[in-house]
Amino acid sequence: MASSDALLPILAREEEPLSSSYTQLPDGSRSDPSLRRRPFKGLLAVSFGLLFIAFYGALIATHDGSRSNHLKTDEKATTPSRARLAGVSEKSNERFWKLSGDGSTTAFAWNNSMLSWQRTAFHFQPEQNWMNGPLFYKGWYHFFYQYNPNAAVWGDIVWGHAVSKDLIHWVHLPLAMVADQWYDANGVWTGSATFLPDGSIVMLYTGSTDTSVQVQNLAYPEDPNDPLLLKWTKFSGNPVLVPPPGILPKDFRDPTTAWKTSSGKWRITIGSKINRTGISLVYDTTDFKTYEKLDTLLHRVPNTGMWECVDFYPVSKTVVNGLDTSVNGPDVKHIVKASMDDTRIDHYAIGTYFDSNGTWIPDDPTIDVGISTSLRYDYGKFYASKTFYDQNKGRRILWGWIGESDSEAADVQKGWSSLQGIPRTVVLDTNTGKNLIQLPVEEIKSLRLSSKQFDIEVGPGTILPIDVGTAAQLDIEAEFEINKESIDKILRDASVVAEAEEFSCQNSRGSTIRDALGPFGFSVLADENLSEQTPVYFYVAKGKDSKLKTFFCTDTTRSSFANDVVKPIYGSVVPVLKGEKLTMRILVDHSIVEAFGQGGRTCITSRVYPTKAIYGAAKLFLFNNAKDATVTASFKVWQMNSAFIHPYSEEVARALSRT
Amino acid sequence: MIDRTCKETPDFNLCVSLLNSDPRGSSADTSGLALILVDKIKVLAIKTLNEINGLHKIRPELKHALGECSRKYKTILQADVPEAIEALTKGVPKFAEDGVIDAGVEASACEEGFKGKSPLTSLTKSMQKISSVTRAIVRMLL
Repeated sequence: MASSDALLPILAREEEPLSSSYTQLPDGSRSDPSLRRRPFKGLLAVSFGLLFIAFYGALIATHDGSRSNHLKTDEKATTPSRARLAGVSEKSNERFWKLSGDGSTTAFAWNNSMLSWQRTAFHFQPEQNWMNGPLFYKGWYHFFYQYNPNAAVWGDIVWGHAVSKDLIHWVHLPLAMVADQWYDANGVWTGSATFLPDGSIVMLYTGSTDTSVQVQNLAYPEDPNDPLLLKWTKFSGNPVLVPPPGILPKDFRDPTTAWKTSSGKWRITIGSKINRTGISLVYDTTDFKTYEKLDTLLHRVPNTGMWECVDFYPVSKTVVNGLDTSVNGPDVKHIVKASMDDTRIDHYAIGTYFDSNGTWIPDDPTIDVGISTSLRYDYGKFYASKTFYDQNKGRRILWGWIGESDSEAADVQKGWSSLQGIPRTVVLDTNTGKNLIQLPVEEIKSLRLSSKQFDIEVGPGTILPIDVGTAAQLDIEAEFEINKESIDKILRDASVVAEAEEFSCQNSRGSTIRDALGPFGFSVLADENLSEQTPVYFYVAKGKDSKLKTFFCTDTTRSSFANDVVKPIYGSVVPVLKGEKLTMRILVDHSIVEAFGQGGRTCITSRVYPTKAIYGAAKLFLFNNAKDATVTASFKVWQMNSAFIHPYSEEVARALSRT
Repeated sequence: MIDRTCKETPDFNLCVSLLNSDPRGSSADTSGLALILVDKIKVLAIKTLNEINGLHKIRPELKHALGECSRKYKTILQADVPEAIEALTKGVPKFAEDGVIDAGVEASACEEGFKGKSPLTSLTKSMQKISSVTRAIVRMLL
């Protein structure tokens, strides 16, 4: 419990000069980077030795800006970094790359201490990755990802491979497939796995041919008895599908997992576009070698551009379990998700699937897949996700790829770029029927260490430090209740304007506005003076129907003094049903903050790069910026352990097999 | 082709003059036009780096900011430009967009380091403009 003298009025805090010029920390002054929590760093460096050594070189060469600037010398050191950098910066969905500088910032220089703090502790970081087909096989979760082993330039993409027992701790394995055939000479791109009734696996993947035509290929494990699926065989008759008439050669990629039709065939869908209309082509097959193209499309939405990584799966209207991809019936709805090449946003919609002709229609055409009003898995940084059915635990798991929000110069300097979010279970929200529910997989709880429980009444205009020690690796579960009289007063008072109609997370000055009922929530990764902070919060206001409307937002505008970082305000409306308390879950892991509003109805992933609120200086605060309302917050905060991400060795594999 | 394409960009005159100055411009398709502009980004980054190297000698008081700029322009040459060229050549324009946007970002971040007293302002503006024109053309390929 916080004592009352900690109740500082928020306005006093706001007077802190937020734009005070940044003073560079001497290296390591805050904390010793060698105390970082990654005991296997040394091993990793061996496994990916070339890359790490190259980056070390890059860091040395670029750390001291005053060094002489002979391009040639540095080129050698930094060129290998292309493997990690190419294609992973993903800045374009921030349409307006606004720099934060207002003229008061000095030349911003990242130092090694700040940069090494950004590396996450319990998130999976492959070298470079779009999603491929995750799957569970003989006791192991497998993750295949896009990787460039040549490390020179983007291209020649092959399949990286890692396995896990719990989706948290990982072992890197040797490459699963490389670009060694004419039909994938320019890249072994994204694919999906399908389990056949006998338990064996077929893998369909996109190859970019020697002439950069996108085709679909078939592969299968060389040894079905090998639980690690180390070796893969490409089918001798590849490619099995080429772009059909009317489809351009570079608009035909990312086949889905197959599902069964009522007539016993397998069916897949592949994203594409015709002019500006995003479409999803449908094929039936019995043997995965020959295919029959349906005349109909699974779905099409004008003006949405190319659809990448299309996903199609059933969700239950009645049970909370996940469903195998082939399940259909009256108690089932179907999700169509597409990753929009134009905007880098993963959009989904709930609808009805028609087995007879392989089509799908959305429940609500005004929020159809890919249009600006449609639902998103995540309102922050999140792209190219896929789901798979985990037959081990009877659940469907969604996994997304999280890019960087800093400049490529900073990525080069820190030596890595992008990571995977925490895998999420995904189910239909049977209470609203109108959205999915996504929550971190339960296994993440195995990383929870010590916890503290708080029950605090927070008056209007208050911000409180929450004493949880260092706050760089946290799991927070919180419930909020707005004082009932305050709500009644707002709803009864006809003179109170419908503020909710004006509000949007993006355009309403972030967490600093002060309205009747909010915003309130947590500031994570804040330094003690709140000169850097990332608020995750609810905003509640009256809508024009005189009912309350709730928004869930993350404001990164004050997350860092650095001027080469994108700092958007993310968020969206979140459904709150009668009688429900407001709830949020937040995972903090250094430079990534994943927020789940109202039990996972609205999710926001952010990348933040604080310069002061790092190591021991990273704190947690609770705030209530409402003008009138008192809010009661009940929450629990766990310190989080680090996950182990090992390089491959037979010893490691054996050790994990025994767990 | 050049006129039609440049009309869709934020700076028609700059776009046309850059593309007409290249012998490949008259016969290039959209992807080829984007590649020409990426070359212009490269040329400008080299020119700016030379300028920075020269300033290092005569403006020692700007050492810190110039050092940061040097690193940022090297990123344009070593990361952004090759990324964009590879992506355009292989037909994956979204990766090209990343590199092209970042070139403008690096230039802006460099400029800010001088606290309003930048000796590079006109070069920065050129990079920002070429970046935004090139980006508009790359997006036509999406």
